[in-house]
Amino acid sequence: MKLITLLASAAVALGLAGGAYADGHEKTKVGFVFVGPIGDGGWTYEHNKGRLAVEEALGDAVETVYVENVAEGPDSERVMTQMALDGADLIFTTSFGYMDPTINIAAKFPDVKFEHATGYKRADNVSTYSARFYEGRAIQGHIAGKMTKSNIIGYIASYPIPEVIRGINAAYIHAAKVNPDVEFKIIWAYTWFDPAKEADAARALIEQGADVVLQHTDSTAPQAAAQEAGNVVTFGQASDMGQYAPFPRVSSIIDDWAPYYIARTKAVIDGTWESTDTWDGIGPGMVGIGEISDAVPADVKEEALAMKAAIADGSYHPFTGPLKKQDGSDWLADGEVADDGTLAGMNFYVEGLTGEIPQ
Amino acid sequence: MIWLEKRPQPSRFFAYITPLLAVLATFLFGGLLFAALGKDPVQSIITIFWEPLFGEFAFYYRPQLLIKGAPLVLIAIGLSLGFKAGIWNIGAEGQYIMGALFGAGVGLAFYPAESVLIFPAMVMAGALGGWLWAMIPAFLKVRFGTNEILVSLMLVYVAEQFLASMSLGLLKNPEGFGFPGSRNLQQYDSAHNAEIIAGTGMHWGVVAALIAVIFAYVLLARHRLGFAVRVTGEAPRAARFAGVNPGRLVLFCLGTSGMLAGLAGLFEVAGPAGQVSIDFNVGYGFTAIIVAFLGRLHPIGIVLAGLLMALTYIGGDIAQSQLGLPAAAIQVFQGMLLFFLLALDLFTNYRLRLGRAETA
Repeated sequence: MKLITLLASAAVALGLAGGAYADGHEKTKVGFVFVGPIGDGGWTYEHNKGRLAVEEALGDAVETVYVENVAEGPDSERVMTQMALDGADLIFTTSFGYMDPTINIAAKFPDVKFEHATGYKRADNVSTYSARFYEGRAIQGHIAGKMTKSNIIGYIASYPIPEVIRGINAAYIHAAKVNPDVEFKIIWAYTWFDPAKEADAARALIEQGADVVLQHTDSTAPQAAAQEAGNVVTFGQASDMGQYAPFPRVSSIIDDWAPYYIARTKAVIDGTWESTDTWDGIGPGMVGIGEISDAVPADVKEEALAMKAAIADGSYHPFTGPLKKQDGSDWLADGEVADDGTLAGMNFYVEGLTGEIPQ
Repeated sequence: MIWLEKRPQPSRFFAYITPLLAVLATFLFGGLLFAALGKDPVQSIITIFWEPLFGEFAFYYRPQLLIKGAPLVLIAIGLSLGFKAGIWNIGAEGQYIMGALFGAGVGLAFYPAESVLIFPAMVMAGALGGWLWAMIPAFLKVRFGTNEILVSLMLVYVAEQFLASMSLGLLKNPEGFGFPGSRNLQQYDSAHNAEIIAGTGMHWGVVAALIAVIFAYVLLARHRLGFAVRVTGEAPRAARFAGVNPGRLVLFCLGTSGMLAGLAGLFEVAGPAGQVSIDFNVGYGFTAIIVAFLGRLHPIGIVLAGLLMALTYIGGDIAQSQLGLPAAAIQVFQGMLLFFLLALDLFTNYRLRLGRAETA
């Protein structure tokens, strides 16, 4: 361990010398570790757009590198180490499963800054960041509740982790608010990106009568399946998926990492980088709502945009009481707003959802 | 006219030379692929094959070669025994998962007690988990004549569901804020499969792989059971006359390969990976099939093939980062290796003839 740290620091110094300017000013090297392919059209695609935005905004001052399709576990540790050895100053690790590997490698390279997406472990040189996707889910739920005719809404869930459960709850609360008869059918795909599985899940939901399909997986396969079926409404996930607009895709939740990535890279260049925990939503622009297409009635669109504005300026929180848990016990009193701690570790359904969270 | 003539005897020369030819052909066509993507082909291949071994940071990558290669070799050795006898265990990935679950389960059950006995108990549980999972297709084949290829493959998906269930339920870290995944065994000394000498990459899984290689070598070359394995694959009828019990051989081959895959899973979960998580398995069980064939089903060949595969993974990631090669191009490159090996294998059993085919 010690040997590696020692040699690594020496190597970093050497690596940086290679990219130094004539005036001694050095290029800042930023690495990105991606869990999927950059062409997934969803999660990784948006992170890569953030990477390109960093290059564009900071030009010659930075150099970015990335590795895609990196398995969580020892492979990701190796990729991070390799980037650090090659002289990276800042490394973004963009999947929850990179949490422990990021902490491990950060301990070996104290001079390199790390940014881990969607995790909860931090260190002096490790920040975490995530987006309040559930704010977008609330708006989706509203539109979905208004658009469904069969009153069955399908939901392709990835893994039963708090982030996904939060999305289901937020969507359900707002769908049921405008349409008390609405029922959610949830399929757990156990993947973030697997077009074949996602398409199967979408078809299964459509066969069960769903005429709106929400997805928390990253590929466009469910969009294609809905298009095939003809009269099924979908929403883009993580990315706009605008190629399926105006129908079946009627809106989308877009992760916009660019401002954050640019700001953090600048902080490293300026020497002001500090370990922080960021959880931003629609207000600061980390979560975007894609163009609501004309397939949505004008009044519904107006309501959705009004909700977006209210969430953005903080006058409305998607988890506002009165709300009960699935088992009927009280969760939030009238007017009470959920605290971030509960949301971050959310492991229960709200009242009205059927089925169980897989254990 | 070009035609193929069956050799009276498989060519020993070609059996040994084809892996080398396959690697050279992969260099050539992989280089063309990289060139077509606008990358310097020579630079790309040097980055993949030279950087990890002799580059500036080889001190880090060489140990990684062992970490990446050990599970591949351990699993492939087990598979090769069955493959030699015509018993096709395609489900090593599932056995790998079950080994990890059993082993990690035992370790986590003792948390936070410290004892030198915990790790050995985990190793035994890991072997048992893999063995049990492989016994399902083995038993069904012996008892009901089911196809072990299908059963073992399908059980991979069952094992993946178990893995998901365990990471979300029984083995979930109680201090993990509701997130899936077990406690990290790297932070639990008694259960941690640490490096035996720090910085070398040499953990107990590497040791187990080496022992397995030696055992397999001795078994095949010297032992009666090894003879039974070989003769069954080459001449099943003769094997029966020689007194080989086919059912027992199925149980032995599937059981051994399952056990070794289970061990690989245990060493991985207790060491490099550290925790049971939904995405714990990354395809070692399937890649090991390639490794077994690339290594000609020979123990020494498998060691070399395992290291070669590990090298393409490690070098591939470096090439992605340094040269911007897409991951898909690296995968195609790896696929080429197997493709050329199988294609060139033809010349072991056939020879190329120019001229007119003789009519009989």
